[in-house]
Amino acid sequence: MTKLLSKDKKYKRVAYYPGCALEGTGKAYDTSTRAVGKQLGLKLDEVKNWNCCGAMEVKNIDPKIQTYLSSRVLSNAVNKNKHDVVMAPCNGCYHNLKKAEYDLENDPATKEVVDRLSTKAGHKTYEAGQAETIHALDWIKDAIGEEELSRRVKHSLKGLKVANYYGCMYTRPRHIFPEKDQGPGSESTSEPHFMDDLLATAGAVNVDFPLKTACCGGAHTLSDSDTSTKLVLNIIEAAEAAGAEVIATECPTCHSGLEMHQIRAEKVLGRKTNVVIMYFTQLLGLALGVAPRKLGIHENVSDATDLMIDKRLLWAT
Amino acid sequence: METTAEFSFDTIEARIDSVSARDSVGDVVNRSQHLISIGEQIMSAWLVAHDQEPTTETKEGFRLIALHRQGCKGDPSFNACRETCRELAYHHNLITNDPDHPDVYKRLTMAGMVAKHLCLFVGGKMQVAELGEFCCSSRPIRANGG
Repeated sequence: MTKLLSKDKKYKRVAYYPGCALEGTGKAYDTSTRAVGKQLGLKLDEVKNWNCCGAMEVKNIDPKIQTYLSSRVLSNAVNKNKHDVVMAPCNGCYHNLKKAEYDLENDPATKEVVDRLSTKAGHKTYEAGQAETIHALDWIKDAIGEEELSRRVKHSLKGLKVANYYGCMYTRPRHIFPEKDQGPGSESTSEPHFMDDLLATAGAVNVDFPLKTACCGGAHTLSDSDTSTKLVLNIIEAAEAAGAEVIATECPTCHSGLEMHQIRAEKVLGRKTNVVIMYFTQLLGLALGVAPRKLGIHENVSDATDLMIDKRLLWAT
Repeated sequence: METTAEFSFDTIEARIDSVSARDSVGDVVNRSQHLISIGEQIMSAWLVAHDQEPTTETKEGFRLIALHRQGCKGDPSFNACRETCRELAYHHNLITNDPDHPDVYKRLTMAGMVAKHLCLFVGGKMQVAELGEFCCSSRPIRANGG
């Protein structure tokens, strides 16, 4: 008989799916996620022999192949790692795994393709409901919680003004996230707050930021760079106008887009902005007393050094 | 305020800057209403480009929200600006309910930035054919022939 565990226990040890971005442009997100997990005593077992989730590229050509690719990740987590919770910190991966879950549950044609390809590839077919996909925000929020987190804070973020930017894929489309919008304690798709909650616990002041789920133009970067730059510039300027010193991110695509287009906006449009862009795991790690280098802060394009010195958040490694 | 032959997203963008600038002429409530009208124009432009007659109905007291709902029918990727429309309506309510609030100009600036996002997002989607298909979050779950 399967023993039902509460989320705080269930999420203490999870299968970790970093995805491609966290091995490349989002390396600092991977580094800081692992460091925060270690500091909090949470265990991450990387999914064995994982593959690309299908991202946007495959999804745009053939959504069913994308679902298969995501289902293989879930299958490996269940059958090779023996886990029933998969944590994906990248919004794109998280979204695609959730979408795969939804499609396998609701679309027989997709299920047929996934069954066929899984057999052909020689691995067990993932069946809907075998695993639960969560984001890094769910992981920390539910495995640790604000009360415990506040006890673990060693260096408060001391009123650091933060605009929390969730991007578009963390909450949309709503029907693939059935656990959200379930009342108190659950995440909201229209007004997400998990990152706000965690960083406030670490001492940050969350500014009122109206573009927290606005599109950053990430998918348009190559086809229409100017629109992407303007979308990002507007997000960054809105964060500054709201009084933010830092934009906290929880997606490697959003993060790279913000960093890249912040520079491009200055070069192409002559609009310089000063807000610093950091992963929420880096901010949380600082608050937990993890050394900045272990959080990959030096790997960010956006230079946080002056702000961290000003806020006395840098200390010896 | 309906879509006209002179409609262009560049013009709209400039108008948003002008309306939401702190030193602009006109009281904040009128200027906020102007931003709502601009939002309606943007939504209407999307609908007209998709051979639809923009609704005159309101939803939750706002034609803007009704227009958005109309725009995303059959095109889930358009849902990605749902919160933007709602934020614009929210800021309009903040401004009109308390026009003497010490933060009223900050609120107007924010409303302008929200309107600008709407303009850039919808303009971007319309500028590049099929750009909706590349939306990160909202590609139809089971697109025809997918």
